[in-house]
Amino acid sequence: MENIDTDQIIPARFLKAVTREGFDQHLFRDWRFDSNNKPRKDFVLNDKTFKGKILVTRRNFGIGSSREHAAWALKDYGFDAVVSSFFADIFKTNALINQLLPVTVSPDFLKKLFAEIKKNPQTIVNIDIPNQIIEIKNANIKEKFPLDPYRKMCLIKGYDDINYLLNQKFDIIKFEKQRKNDFSI
Amino acid sequence: MKNKPKTLFDKVWDSHVVTRKKDYPDLLYIDAHLIHEVTTPQAFDGLRRRKIKVARPDRTWATADHNVPTKNQHLPIKELLSKIQVEKLTKNCQEFGIRLYGMGHPFQGIVHIIGPELGITKPGMTIVCGDSHTSTHGAFGAVAFGIGTSEVEQVLASQCILQNKPKTMNIEVNGKLGKGVVSKDIILYIISKISTGGGTGYFVEYTGSTIKNLSMEARMTICNMSIEMGARGGLIAPDETTYQYMKGRPFAPKEKNWDSALRNWQTLPTDKGAKYDKRVAFDASDIEPMVTYGTNPGMGIKISQHIPTEDNFQMESQRSSFRKAVNYMNIKPGKKIQDQKVDYVFLGSCTNSRIEDLRMVAHIVKGRKKADDVEVFVVPGSRQVETQARKEGIDKILKDSGFELRGPGCSACLGMNEDKIPSGKYCISTSNRNFEGRQGPGARTFLASPLTAAASALTGRITDPRELL
Repeated sequence: MENIDTDQIIPARFLKAVTREGFDQHLFRDWRFDSNNKPRKDFVLNDKTFKGKILVTRRNFGIGSSREHAAWALKDYGFDAVVSSFFADIFKTNALINQLLPVTVSPDFLKKLFAEIKKNPQTIVNIDIPNQIIEIKNANIKEKFPLDPYRKMCLIKGYDDINYLLNQKFDIIKFEKQRKNDFSI
Repeated sequence: MKNKPKTLFDKVWDSHVVTRKKDYPDLLYIDAHLIHEVTTPQAFDGLRRRKIKVARPDRTWATADHNVPTKNQHLPIKELLSKIQVEKLTKNCQEFGIRLYGMGHPFQGIVHIIGPELGITKPGMTIVCGDSHTSTHGAFGAVAFGIGTSEVEQVLASQCILQNKPKTMNIEVNGKLGKGVVSKDIILYIISKISTGGGTGYFVEYTGSTIKNLSMEARMTICNMSIEMGARGGLIAPDETTYQYMKGRPFAPKEKNWDSALRNWQTLPTDKGAKYDKRVAFDASDIEPMVTYGTNPGMGIKISQHIPTEDNFQMESQRSSFRKAVNYMNIKPGKKIQDQKVDYVFLGSCTNSRIEDLRMVAHIVKGRKKADDVEVFVVPGSRQVETQARKEGIDKILKDSGFELRGPGCSACLGMNEDKIPSGKYCISTSNRNFEGRQGPGARTFLASPLTAAASALTGRITDPRELL
């Protein structure tokens, strides 16, 4: 599937929670379950042949609503990475903030990855964050993937954006004082 | 030495960079932070956990919109979880000293309707909100974009956000629009050409004579849907139309401040010779009333056209997406889109719920009757829009035609409140997303302009508004 939107990942009616937990139950809700809450046999997450911590999906994943709940749901469900040839911007940021790694690969690599998984659902995929390499183990196919240097540092060292921002307080106050032409409030 | 020519986007972005360091995202200062009940509870919890305050409550505005019912707004919200979420917002705003235009307040409404309406939205500002349609505010020449809840927490905590600077794209539209063609058709046309991912990584500036001749409200409709082509935001250079719209609004600068602000705003438009990373141009005369047939906003066609067939797509992955879409929509490839049956009509959302939209609807339905087998939601974007509509007698025109003007809110745009489209039913909607289940589980959505949707409400079928104008 191409162009998977965040309304599919987590429908709006499940956004009423006021905490961050429990969204995994509703991940891909209407694709996973029918209107009687019975699992749909034809949906990949209900197929026991395919298991793992890496979600592989076609291009333009995560379009639409900015709901971070989409990243929370995927992470809660047990995914640590999403592999696609193209990601929507807001989803990508939300995912990275939540230690869910979006791995952007070439269309050719993605095609091979799907073919390998089809051939062997037990295919092992290694993602090396420090070296930014994704590897299809048994097929010996590798590719380097892009990763924002700041986000990479956060992922590896477990840094937190808010602490970083609070440490910039001096610069922020200086900016506020020096500003000209501010008619915003 | 002469300064390098800059785009509107570059001017606004660069003037808000607090610090720029190698290998770090820009530390970007945010002028206005708009918040609502859905994407903020976890952010406020974060502040409490860290024992910190909201850095600039004076730059933060709150409203309740996604969960609110559009009928009997004076009564408590019936659905418990919705009620809890709205109450949580009220408590958080009290605790952190944030002004709230909650249910019953004369300024209450959809967050992207009230920002411009109250004069909070101004040229040259940076504006964020935990909602992807924040791009709406770009119509004033502001850099406005949607963010996630963790980023909401960043802004509450520091009034800044860590953000990599996007690339710039220029979309130029020139020429005169035909009869019955409005700004919603322009943006649906653009998205159908560029696709849902074509704008990803970019901030779009819309230019050209067609854009220049649009009213502020029409410009907001265009910027609102920038996100539907993947663009983080869209903006339009401020001009006389912008200033006329803003003058006298509650949060607009007054007297001497207005004059200084105006001088500053006039320096914002893109300099001659400035470079964009990408440019696209369209001819307004090629645009017709548009309608989507599928399950993303890029699947749009002219109302006179036929639904595509698989042969129209080259790649197998596109074909499989197309097959899934037509299967979900239960429509026949190759068939005409006109005369497709509709069961519901939704006139509202942050895309099309301003007074001009309601005037358009009133204009087309005046003296005519709604089709018997169609249910219609007419939902103003804010309490102020509702009041204005009643003042102009639009509510009476609607009533005479069998429509009802409801109270303000996000309503049937996203299937989160009481207003939902039942499974399997067809809805022609002036909202922004036709994703599977967007308007309720199993609901089938056709996106269109207020004119096209109103015309369809009269016939019960997808109808070319030009036949009724």
